[in-house]
Amino acid sequence: MNMTADTNNGLAGNNSSLKSAAGEYLTFVLGKEQYGIEILKVQEIRGYDAVTQIANMPSFIKGVVNLRGKIVPIVDLRIKFNLGNVEYNEFTVVIILNLGGRIVGIVVDGVSDVRELQEEHLREVPALVTRIDTKYIVGLATVEEEMLILVDIEKLMTSDEMQLLDNTVH
Amino acid sequence: MTVDMSQFYEVFFDEAEELLAEAEHLLLEIDVQAPDIEQLNAIFRAAHSIKGGAATFGFMDMAEITHVLENLLDKLRKQEMALTTEHVDAFLAAKDVIKMQLDGHRHGATVNAEQVGDVSMMLKALSEGRGVEIPVDPLLAQSAPEPEVLQVAEQKPAMSLTDAEKSSGIRLYDVKLPTVTERDLTNLKDELALLGEVVVYQRQDQSHALMIKSDSSADDIVSICSFIVDTDLLVVSEAGTSAATETPSTEAKPTETQPAAASPVTAAAAPAEDLGYGFFDDDPIIAAATPAAAIAENATPNPTPTKEGKAAVDIVEEVGYGIFGRDGQEQTEEGYGFFAPFKPHPDAPKAQMIGDETPVSAAPAAVAVEASTTPVVAAQKPAVKETSAKKEPEKAAVQSTESSSIRVGVEKVDQLINLVGELVITQAMIEQRMNALDPVEHESLINSVTQLTRNTRDLQESVMSIRMMPMDFVFSRFPRMVRDLATKLGKKVEFVTIGAATELDKSLIERIVDPLTHLVRNSVDHGIEKPEQRRAMGKAEAGTLTLSASHKGGSIVIEVTDDGGGLNRDKILAKAASSGMSVSESMSDAEVYNLIFAPGFSTAEVVTDVSGRGVGMDVVKRNISAMGGNIDIRSALGYGTTISISLPLTLAILDGMSVSLGKSVYVVPLNLIMETLQPRAEDLKTVTGEGLMVHVRGEYLPIIALHALFNHPTHVTNPTDGVLLILEADGRKSALFVDRLVGQQQVVIKSLETNFKRIPGVSGATIMGDGSVALILDVPAIIQMGQTTNYVTGAQTFANQNFSTQPYTNA
Repeated sequence: MNMTADTNNGLAGNNSSLKSAAGEYLTFVLGKEQYGIEILKVQEIRGYDAVTQIANMPSFIKGVVNLRGKIVPIVDLRIKFNLGNVEYNEFTVVIILNLGGRIVGIVVDGVSDVRELQEEHLREVPALVTRIDTKYIVGLATVEEEMLILVDIEKLMTSDEMQLLDNTVH
Repeated sequence: MTVDMSQFYEVFFDEAEELLAEAEHLLLEIDVQAPDIEQLNAIFRAAHSIKGGAATFGFMDMAEITHVLENLLDKLRKQEMALTTEHVDAFLAAKDVIKMQLDGHRHGATVNAEQVGDVSMMLKALSEGRGVEIPVDPLLAQSAPEPEVLQVAEQKPAMSLTDAEKSSGIRLYDVKLPTVTERDLTNLKDELALLGEVVVYQRQDQSHALMIKSDSSADDIVSICSFIVDTDLLVVSEAGTSAATETPSTEAKPTETQPAAASPVTAAAAPAEDLGYGFFDDDPIIAAATPAAAIAENATPNPTPTKEGKAAVDIVEEVGYGIFGRDGQEQTEEGYGFFAPFKPHPDAPKAQMIGDETPVSAAPAAVAVEASTTPVVAAQKPAVKETSAKKEPEKAAVQSTESSSIRVGVEKVDQLINLVGELVITQAMIEQRMNALDPVEHESLINSVTQLTRNTRDLQESVMSIRMMPMDFVFSRFPRMVRDLATKLGKKVEFVTIGAATELDKSLIERIVDPLTHLVRNSVDHGIEKPEQRRAMGKAEAGTLTLSASHKGGSIVIEVTDDGGGLNRDKILAKAASSGMSVSESMSDAEVYNLIFAPGFSTAEVVTDVSGRGVGMDVVKRNISAMGGNIDIRSALGYGTTISISLPLTLAILDGMSVSLGKSVYVVPLNLIMETLQPRAEDLKTVTGEGLMVHVRGEYLPIIALHALFNHPTHVTNPTDGVLLILEADGRKSALFVDRLVGQQQVVIKSLETNFKRIPGVSGATIMGDGSVALILDVPAIIQMGQTTNYVTGAQTFANQNFSTQPYTNA
């Protein structure tokens, strides 16, 4: 029976990815949108410190900071996603991500909550044209009347698009 | 029961490699005419230790050849034979063979059996050379048809030591053997005869025993025996003049009441040299030369008592013998002997007691424990071992040069260095915060922080020094190479090293070996001329090859200098031109010499006096560059060549000049800054209104504006308002224009690539005292960038801003 469903439904592959997408998410705000990233990828949340700028970088790469002796790049998702007010003050939040050993900080408007999402909460992303490729979005969820955009943050941050890795083509 | 030996293989390999290197070093130093007995002894010991280790681990091929080597060395050190150059050559060849075998076992490299055989034959021939009775080699003699007739005494012979012998460190050993064949007994006797006078006698139980009068340690005896008999079944004890006895039960028990044992302090303190207790006897106690003990001997010169050893000490102390513990302690401190973990034989508790000096007092205690037959105690019996020979003071001195060390993984050290780096930064932050405090109110806090500062600095220095190794590690391998190469080429070369004690980071030490080998080889091969040619030129027949290392600023300079023919500028130019390189007559000498670093610049047939210098030189250059170093050549035709390599002292720490640009701080490696200056307007020149240059002492250097290159906002856009750093890398100079100098400091280099990526013009990052990140400039890359596209941008930036109105354009 499953077999028939799979073969008849073009979204079968995505369904299984939705299933694996179930879990706990850290949700944050960018402009008026709610985003969620897998909680296990989050190392810590901290304020925005003095960032050392790096020459000839795209505007969303703010530079590097000293995170207890480690040199960590900081990406402003607000600039990358073109959302929210890009200003830096004592309320600016940086989410430090640990993506398979690589540490990266992302600047967001604010951190909201940690949500546990089951498979039944999740919905497919329809084909859309957005600032980031929808392949980095694992699904959408509805939480308290709000839409939550679940991002595969590891895939996104290690993509050529973010220019955080050496193999990036400039 | 069986100890898994493979876990100790690496230790043995490392150890053997070091011993071989040491032996080679000694061999090259030795004066054939007047050999220093101490040196011969040291070489002998090295060979002996390798043999022992090889035999323990079952590398019989190595044991075999070292054994032959050892025999010959033994004769030499006992002055039964005069040392000749052939000996030294043979020893060096043997060293190579052993090294080959070692690599064979270690890396699975192929071993040339023929070569092994040749060397073995050579050594044996030399051994026979003076008609000295050749010992029957137990390993080679297994096919020996008829053993010679053996004299066996029926009774224990009455052997004793004269006072003179005693004072010269000769001791009497009683060796009880398990049941052995007569042939083995003969072999054994012959073997042991190398050590000194040997008498074989038969014991009451029909087994055989030996009395040996020798200045060797009991270890030596056991090691030699290990080739023939199972050392587990061997008892070696020192038989003294007075206390040698055949009655074990009475020996063991009275010990408990003996004054020496009862008063541990005196026993431990007493120079037991001459006392010589025959503490072990008869069957209950059988010595066991456990592999573990043998390994311990090879592995750690100065170990601390192991858990098991300690446990045993405790138990012994409970029984009432404080001596053992203290004694053990003393031995450890003096490096005379130590406890080793010991695996007891399952069926019978066994102890190995081989002692001649300090263990003397320890042994009775152990005997007593043994006599009490408490199983627990017996199961944890430690093995007391004495490291090899140190009967004479000068021997002890040699021993101490085999300094105690521990092997630690490099990553552990690196982690430590990183952590200390963090600590230094944290400390700097505290210090900075403290400066804001009222010095009167917080006096004690300030004092404490000052102390913290000092301690942190000391800590950092010591930690950094862990990675530092003397250049001797590299230099020591060259005398041999030069010697061999010179002999092969029919040249006479005197090899001189200067500054072997100069220290360099371990990782760099390892990476400098190959390039340096290449350069030294080149110098001998192509630099230094043949004797007749040298004579014709009025030079001494023997050329001099100097290898030197010295500190110069933040880097170490290693130079290979020969007084040979020098580089021929014209020939290099001609060769370069013919191979299609763009060259001109007006090139400077340095530029011409640098041509030999070009890939594929082989001058083999055409330019005989520099032939081969091009081969692989590009590789040398690349290796040196990869280490963050530079290489350059100075040469005078007919007088010689110097190839100079400069390397950073370490890869982890950098002496830097911090410069500011707008609100940011960048760090420039200090060793690449030639000078800093504030230019006068009339020194600034342009070409076609762009291409800004500065005129410094007759040279026109391109100016690279860092703010333009990095697109960095700043108020200082006129070089006359800022500072120019004259940078030199890869033989090219440029002036880097920054806002101002901030200060000079040592910085810990952090990789940007760990979490981010490579940034053009930036070699890394560091954390400043205030916790902020500063980028370290990649000077060669910046010079490169400045000379290509971005420099134009920089010039345009100037032109578009305020430079078009500046007076320098028509100055």
